[in-house]
Amino acid sequence: MSVQASNPAALLGDLALALVSGAVEVVDLTHTLDPDFPVIVLPPEFGQCARFRMEEISAYDHRGPAWKWHNFTCGEHTGTHFDAPSHWVSGRDVPNGSVDEIPAERFIGPVCVIDCSQGAKANEDFELTPEVIAAWEAENGRIPEGSWVLMRTDWSKRRGAAYLNMRDDGAHSPGPTPEAMRLLVDERGIRGFGTETVGTDAGQGAHYTPPYPAHFFLHGAGRYGLQCLNNLDRLPATGAMLIATPLKIRNGTGSPLRVIALVPNQGLPNKDAQ
Amino acid sequence: MTTPIAPPPKKDPQQRTRVQTLPSGARSRAALGLTAAAAEGRFMLQVCAKCGTVQYPPRDACGTCLSVDLPWKDIAPEGRLIAETTVRTSTSTYFRERTPWRVGTVRLEAGPSIICHVHGDVARGGAVRISNRLDKSGQGVLFALPAERTQNMEDDPQLREMTANPKFRRVLITDARSGNALALAQAFAKAEASIIFVGEAEGWRPYPHRDELAAIPGVQLLPLDVTDTSSVAELAAEIGGKTDILVNNARFMRPGGILARGDTVFARDEMEVNYLGLMRLAQAFGPAMLGRGADGQNSAAAWVNILSVYAYSNLPALGAFSASSAAAYSLTQCLRAEMRPGGVRVMNVYAGPTDDDWHQPLPPPKVAPQALAKAVVAGLKDGLEDVFVGDVAQDLIDRWRAGPKILEREMSETDGGAA
Ligand SMILES: [Zn+2]
Repeated sequence: MSVQASNPAALLGDLALALVSGAVEVVDLTHTLDPDFPVIVLPPEFGQCARFRMEEISAYDHRGPAWKWHNFTCGEHTGTHFDAPSHWVSGRDVPNGSVDEIPAERFIGPVCVIDCSQGAKANEDFELTPEVIAAWEAENGRIPEGSWVLMRTDWSKRRGAAYLNMRDDGAHSPGPTPEAMRLLVDERGIRGFGTETVGTDAGQGAHYTPPYPAHFFLHGAGRYGLQCLNNLDRLPATGAMLIATPLKIRNGTGSPLRVIALVPNQGLPNKDAQ
Repeated sequence: MTTPIAPPPKKDPQQRTRVQTLPSGARSRAALGLTAAAAEGRFMLQVCAKCGTVQYPPRDACGTCLSVDLPWKDIAPEGRLIAETTVRTSTSTYFRERTPWRVGTVRLEAGPSIICHVHGDVARGGAVRISNRLDKSGQGVLFALPAERTQNMEDDPQLREMTANPKFRRVLITDARSGNALALAQAFAKAEASIIFVGEAEGWRPYPHRDELAAIPGVQLLPLDVTDTSSVAELAAEIGGKTDILVNNARFMRPGGILARGDTVFARDEMEVNYLGLMRLAQAFGPAMLGRGADGQNSAAAWVNILSVYAYSNLPALGAFSASSAAAYSLTQCLRAEMRPGGVRVMNVYAGPTDDDWHQPLPPPKVAPQALAKAVVAGLKDGLEDVFVGDVAQDLIDRWRAGPKILEREMSETDGGAA
């Protein structure tokens, strides 16, 4: 990000005009909160993340003649959601570690998208490694400090059982290695890391040392996670702005949220697909 | 022999669905003893504690010695048909719609002569076996069956009025993922159910017996999650009008009582599935079933709940689960009252520990899925309301009837297999 805003008001005015004209596009990176959307599955003796559920209170009927509304229930980690540092044991003592404490400016930042879709197509356990990151940087430049980094796998296009891809030995889905996470967190100083899969870690992430390295390193360093993202194929490798504002839940370890990206419209192929 | 029923034709969309009419449901309090016994398929009459006279009809004082101590006892069912008639017209709308209807008088070997419905295969003056059945009003009535089994005897039209036989009916089993789904589907296939819908929650994660279940003739797997109101409503919109027997086998259980758990997470899951799941199913499927109680050979016939016998008395080792079962049990009483006007039987099948992952540390006896499934189908064929499967459940209900407070204390010293 090399833009130096000499006049912030003018900058925002330009942005507003660009949003109206379509020169800057808003891309929705969120899945619909749907009762049948998969959640992470733990061994059944552990408590489970609540599925999204909705109950009608009234629908312009005897229960309320002029209005329709619902009660809904879900977990903090249901659907497209945000992971706060306090979600993981490594982040339990991080200052401002819960969603209500995180300063709002932390939610918005530039975003780098590492396209691993070809690798994930060939190998469902595809790993994001330092080598993959190095190859990306060779093409796109060094990942700027404070960036959101998203791992694109096109996993969001999978449906039904293919999404969790659960087998007798656990789930099989792509994710980062411990070395990649250390590189991103310690050396690149990223803001957070996001994936299209049900977690920031690989389906087999329990078998790394440390287990679940994305959760371990991100949250231990006070960084954030985004998962179950959608439409990452509509983002450029660099140059977009990510906005991910979780619900302000007291001591919340995460939250479902609407994740959007501001994307410069350079005649990208999917402009009309939304 | 009885003429076997033919597979029912497809419904004529131009004809009004026949409205359920009911036989007279009024009974004296004493006569309700017969109904209570019929709920479990037991033939019981009052026997005077003082003089030993077997009473018929039920009454408040002994016909011989006027004692009011008249406990209900199981009675030997053997007898002989001594008089019979076939009703060809009746002042009752219910019977007028179902004539000819055979009734008769049977002299019981145990003493009294009784008035009863008579199966078509009973010969004049022939030996009979008296069975105590629930009629469409849910009241106990005596039914004379042939002493020996006859061919297709379940298809007797009068008997079929008293039962919920799965033959040619369409069944919905609500939870494919349950360990008993396979055995239930197999049992219904064997009982000649015409379609076996099986509800499948969370199709996005696998479960072991899916292929075997899907391969059973007549089985159709459809999305259903009893914790998701929209999913229940959608399935009811699709198949509610052709669900003749609903078997709710969805269940959530985790070991533990109150103090060791320290939270309400599993307790909430237990209530969501075991109690609210039943409520959602009832609200979605109940109205259509209620309207189809007299809809031909494949009329709506029964609603089956598979419940833990710890609904009756809390097993502290499974304390929170027991509480959700008690809530479900209470709700089934409400459902039974609400479904009765439609002639739809609500049958509860109670089991103690079942042979599954959550009872794995527990020593036998445990109820195997096949035994449970067999009890479900047998209970439907007999038109029961209450079935206690296995020694643990039978023993518990006997002790509960003898003294619920004593049982409560005994339960606190029972090992529930909580690891
Ligand atoms: Zn007497």
